[in-house]
Amino acid sequence: MDLTWSPEEDAFRREAREWLAANVPRDPLPSGDTRAGFAAHLEWERTLFEARWSVVSWPEAYGGRDASLWQWLVFEDEYHRAGAPARVTQNGIFLLAPTVFAFGTEEQQRRILPRMAAAQDLWAQGWSEPGAGSDLAAIRSRAVRDEGAGGWRLTGQKTWTTRGAFCTHLFGLFRTDPEAERHRGLTYFLVPLDAPGVTVRGFERLDGDEGFAEVFLDDVLVPDADVLGGVGEGWRVAMATTGSERGLTLRSPGRFLHTADRLVDLARTTPESTGAHRDRVVQAWIEAQAYELFTLEQVTSIVEGRPVGAESSLNKLFWSQLDIALHETAAELLGPEAEIDGPWSRGFLFSLAGPIYAGTNEIQRNIVAERLLGLPRR
Amino acid sequence: MRFAVAERDAALAEAAGEVLAKQAGAERIRAGWPGGDAEAVDAVWRTLAGVGVSGALVQESADGLGLGLDENALPPLMEALGRSGLPVPAAETVAVGAPLLAAAGAPQLPDVLKGSALITVSLTPGAPVPFAARADLIAVPDGEGLRLFARDEVALEPVGSVDGSRWLAQVGAPAGGGLLLAEGPAELAVAHRRGVLATAALLLGLGGRMLELTVAHVRERQQFGVPVGSFQAVKHALADVELALRFARPAVLAAGWAQAAGDSEAAVRTSMAKVLASEAARKAARTAIQCHGAMGYTTEYDLHLYAKRAWALAADWGGPAEHRESIGRRLGLAGPADHVSEGADA
Repeated sequence: MDLTWSPEEDAFRREAREWLAANVPRDPLPSGDTRAGFAAHLEWERTLFEARWSVVSWPEAYGGRDASLWQWLVFEDEYHRAGAPARVTQNGIFLLAPTVFAFGTEEQQRRILPRMAAAQDLWAQGWSEPGAGSDLAAIRSRAVRDEGAGGWRLTGQKTWTTRGAFCTHLFGLFRTDPEAERHRGLTYFLVPLDAPGVTVRGFERLDGDEGFAEVFLDDVLVPDADVLGGVGEGWRVAMATTGSERGLTLRSPGRFLHTADRLVDLARTTPESTGAHRDRVVQAWIEAQAYELFTLEQVTSIVEGRPVGAESSLNKLFWSQLDIALHETAAELLGPEAEIDGPWSRGFLFSLAGPIYAGTNEIQRNIVAERLLGLPRR
Repeated sequence: MRFAVAERDAALAEAAGEVLAKQAGAERIRAGWPGGDAEAVDAVWRTLAGVGVSGALVQESADGLGLGLDENALPPLMEALGRSGLPVPAAETVAVGAPLLAAAGAPQLPDVLKGSALITVSLTPGAPVPFAARADLIAVPDGEGLRLFARDEVALEPVGSVDGSRWLAQVGAPAGGGLLLAEGPAELAVAHRRGVLATAALLLGLGGRMLELTVAHVRERQQFGVPVGSFQAVKHALADVELALRFARPAVLAAGWAQAAGDSEAAVRTSMAKVLASEAARKAARTAIQCHGAMGYTTEYDLHLYAKRAWALAADWGGPAEHRESIGRRLGLAGPADHVSEGADA
């Protein structure tokens, strides 16, 4: 047990902190889930990339710094403490990239990753469909073999696609074998959103931003080179990296530590706050620290070769509930000002998505009960 | 950075775990209740003392086993003791009493290290003291200090506890009497932090044990032709217990490390650990009883033995609200004027 950072990690922290202090936009950018805000965020993404901070844990050849998992955690902590903009590229970097590293051919890695790091290609996730949310294996969008064209023709509809209206590419699951049983017969495809036959329609999320999109595909030709991880392997490929989505890589502790600090500041400057308020503020602050400690234990396990697996469902449950608790507590402190459109009310609306995306919390509790506790599936 | 229990810190817990697995089933908890065979409990405690449990934090020069352990060893050891439910003053002896006896050069130390003398400690003035009704040695606060008495030197008035194995009693000690074990806020703060940490770890063990019993039950118990553990309402309740325990554990380990390393955040870390472990154990107890149905609401089945200990310990050494209040002060969230008393852990 040693909870101190090494001199190398401290040096890495200082370098990140200094760069962020000099470069983070002084005024907050408009929401990255609006068209204008997205453009502003892209500019920021390119600034990050040019200074090699956009994908610190990736190999240098692809635009990263070969940073260790510990250094990545340090960077995330500093990033959130600096109040730096939300990462509009996150679904590519945190969700698709781990899959490309694990299953992509060298050609795919070279073609996809540097452009992703540089925010030239912007990736949206195409998993959910109108009839396939929690029951992801119910996917009906299909891909039909076109031998002559050397690829597959995709037809169907994806929905609740985050920032789909602003992205350039889609990664998604499609049914290549309609005869096969649910989880089999799916294939993981990479689809440019400007391909003939693709129609994207943005729509509003709960917070009123155009952060969602429906993606309609009508006989869209995708070459064999854009199959990730093999035909019929889609479920295995997608599930192998869901840990990244649910757990640590999507939601590092820095985000919640920073929000918890803001909450404590709010309580300090709210003269009307009562003992009951303090009790809730401290509880939320404690839980943010607990999330960090849990992730330190988790990173130790990963670094020492013990993979995380179903435990990422614990991360997902904890951080999503914590995010809501932090924002609900802020609303209590704000009193009548809680309804004013601002960072706390916007954060609150966003926090409500947490128990839904990346696998609903009901699904996560099933996973914890069945895979960690060994309760019967049916 | 390495967040994992070191081998040397786990070794004593493993040794204790082996003793407990062989000698300390639920019948040993019942033995610790009034009318039970308390000697059977003491015998296990002496065996544990023999592998070095009582003197875990006592240096070799003072007749400890010289394991060279510090507070990092407390969480795994206390988690194992908590899991067993063995009704002994574990936190009071291992974390507080024995190290203070050693530091004070007290002649009672060897008997405590052998497990032949039972010691209990309370740092809360005026509160009923656990195990006082059957301990040989009792340490209670006296002004700025902590004083040690033999049982026949104090007036004892037994107090009923939700957990009958706690042997709670109100202690009337003669002012200025006994042996001075610790003096001044700094020494008391160290003792208090260790007691809180040990209790938090005991709670983790209890919570884990209750979850384990419940998982076994809901896998077996059939209703409507299927195991009740296949129902989502049951699964989700137990998943929430697992969640609470799994997030409390790192907080307890981190508090142990902070104390051992003399980290400036040790007080906050320790309070966090107690908050999270107390609430996780309470959740485990409540959910376990619910998931056992009517069977969980009896004293014939063993579950209540662990649940009652959890309720007692969650409130002992400062309950969650008290520790949140203490953290709040450190975060600069000032309370009303009548809350400025910082207690021993300031």
